Amino acid sequence: MIEIKDIHKSFGDNEVLKGISGTFKEGVTNLIIGGSGSGKTTLLKCMIGLHQPEEGSVLYDGREFTQLNFEERIEIRKEIGMLFQGSALFDSMTVEENIMFPLNMFTEQTREEKLDRVNFCLERVNLEGKNKLYPAELSGGMKKRVGIARAIAMNPKYLFCDEPNSGLDPKTSIVIDELIKELTEEYNTTTIVVTHDMNSVMGIGDYIIFLHEGKKFWEGSNKEISKTDIEELNDFVFASRFMKAAKGKL
Amino acid sequence: MNFTNFGKYILLLKAAFRRPEKTKIYLKAIFQQMDFIGIGSLGLISIISTFIGAVMTLQIAFQLVSDLIPKTIIGSVNRDSSILELSPTISAIVLAGKIGSAISSEIGTMRVTEQIDALEIMGINAPGYLILPKILAGITMVPVLVIISMVLSIGGGYLGGTLSGAVSAAEYMQGITTDFNPYTIVVALVKAFVFGFIITSVPAYEGFYVKGGALEVAQASTRAVVVSCISILACDYIVTQLLL
Repeated sequence: MIEIKDIHKSFGDNEVLKGISGTFKEGVTNLIIGGSGSGKTTLLKCMIGLHQPEEGSVLYDGREFTQLNFEERIEIRKEIGMLFQGSALFDSMTVEENIMFPLNMFTEQTREEKLDRVNFCLERVNLEGKNKLYPAELSGGMKKRVGIARAIAMNPKYLFCDEPNSGLDPKTSIVIDELIKELTEEYNTTTIVVTHDMNSVMGIGDYIIFLHEGKKFWEGSNKEISKTDIEELNDFVFASRFMKAAKGKL
Repeated sequence: MNFTNFGKYILLLKAAFRRPEKTKIYLKAIFQQMDFIGIGSLGLISIISTFIGAVMTLQIAFQLVSDLIPKTIIGSVNRDSSILELSPTISAIVLAGKIGSAISSEIGTMRVTEQIDALEIMGINAPGYLILPKILAGITMVPVLVIISMVLSIGGGYLGGTLSGAVSAAEYMQGITTDFNPYTIVVALVKAFVFGFIITSVPAYEGFYVKGGALEVAQASTRAVVVSCISILACDYIVTQLLL
C-alpha cells in the first residue's frame, strides 16, 4: 500500500501540486487521471523520488520515503518497478540485457538463474525468443512489453506506469492494459498508472484519482466515474466522441 | 561555466565517486570505455601526431636561417615542443572533440529518453554508473595516447626532415638525444592526466543535465567541446606555470 499525504510541488512560481492526498491499495489497479498539465506525471515523479515535494509525505507500507537520502531510498527502490512513457530501454543493450540489468546489479544469482528469470518475464509479456533483439528493432508495443518485463524482473511490490498507452494503437493499448491488470492481481502489487486514456480508465480503473489544476477533484472506481455531477470530471470523461455517444449506456 | 554550474559539476562528481553497487559491473564498464577512448582514438591520434611532427621539423628548419646555429637544434626543438606542448595539448583538444561530443550526446540522449530516470528508479547511482567508468578510463588512456603521440610526433619529425632534406638523419638523431631532460615527460603526463579528467567529466556534466530534446542534446555537445577546450588551455597554462 502507498499513502500520499498533502503533496505540494512547485516549479518556480508555478504551483503544480496543491496538496494531494490518497491511498493506493495492493492488488488493484490505481489510476491517476487528468488533462494535460494537471500534475499527474509530477505527482508520480514525487512518489518515486524523481522530484522532491516541498511539503507532504509518501509512505510505502508505512515507510516514509520523501525524507530519505539516496542510499536510504535504495532498499525501497529495489521493490519498485516502473514502466516509462517512452519505455526507457537502454539502447546499447539487447532485450535480454535490459531485463537482466537489475538482476546483475542487485542479485547474486548465477547466469543460468538470471536467464531463467529473463525468459520467464519475456514469456509473461508474450515476447518469447526476442532476447537478442535491440530496442531499435522493436515496435512501440513490444518496447512497452519489454519495459514491463524489466519492471517485473525483480518481483516488485510496487509497479508504476507512466502513460503506458501513449503512441499505441487501441488494440495494443488493451493488451498492455490487460497485462498490467493481470500482473497486479497475480503478484498482488500496488500498481499506479498515470493516464488520460479513457479506454484504460473504463477497462482497468479499480481506484481512480482525478486531478485538475494540481488538486484532487474526485476519487472512486470506473463504475462510478460516469455518474458524478462534477463538471470538470465530466468534461474530461466525456471529451471524446466515443464517450459522448456511450454516455447514456454507461 | 558560471559558479552555479561549477557547484553542480562538483556535486555531480561527488555523486559519481560514491561506492559502486557492484564492482564487477563497473570494471567491465571501465574496460569498455578504455577500449572506446584508447583504442578508438589511436588511429586519429597517430595520424595527427605524425603529421604535426613532420610539419614542425619543416617549419623549424625554415626559420633556422643562420649558419651559426647547428641543424641538430631542429631535433631538440621538435622533441621538447612535442613532449611538453604539442602531444598533450593538441591530442587533448582533438580528443575533446571526438570523445567529449560522444560522451555528452550519449548521456544527454539517455537523459531525454528517461534512461537515467530508469537507472535511478532501480536504485542505481546513475552518475556513478555512467560517469565514473568514463573518468577512470580517461585518466588512464589519455596519458597512454599522449605517450604514443610523443613517439609518433618525434618520428614524424624524422621522416619529414629526412624526406625533404631539411635535416639529415644523423643530425636529427643527435638533436633528439642531446640534453634530454626526463622531467619534461613527467610534466606532459601530469597534463595528460588533468586533460583526461576534463575530457570525460565536463561533457558528462553537460549531458547529464540536458533538458529538452534532440536540439538541446546537440547544443550540450557543442557546449561540452567548447568548455572542455577552454578548460584544457587554462589548465595547460596552470600546470606549466606550476611545474616548470
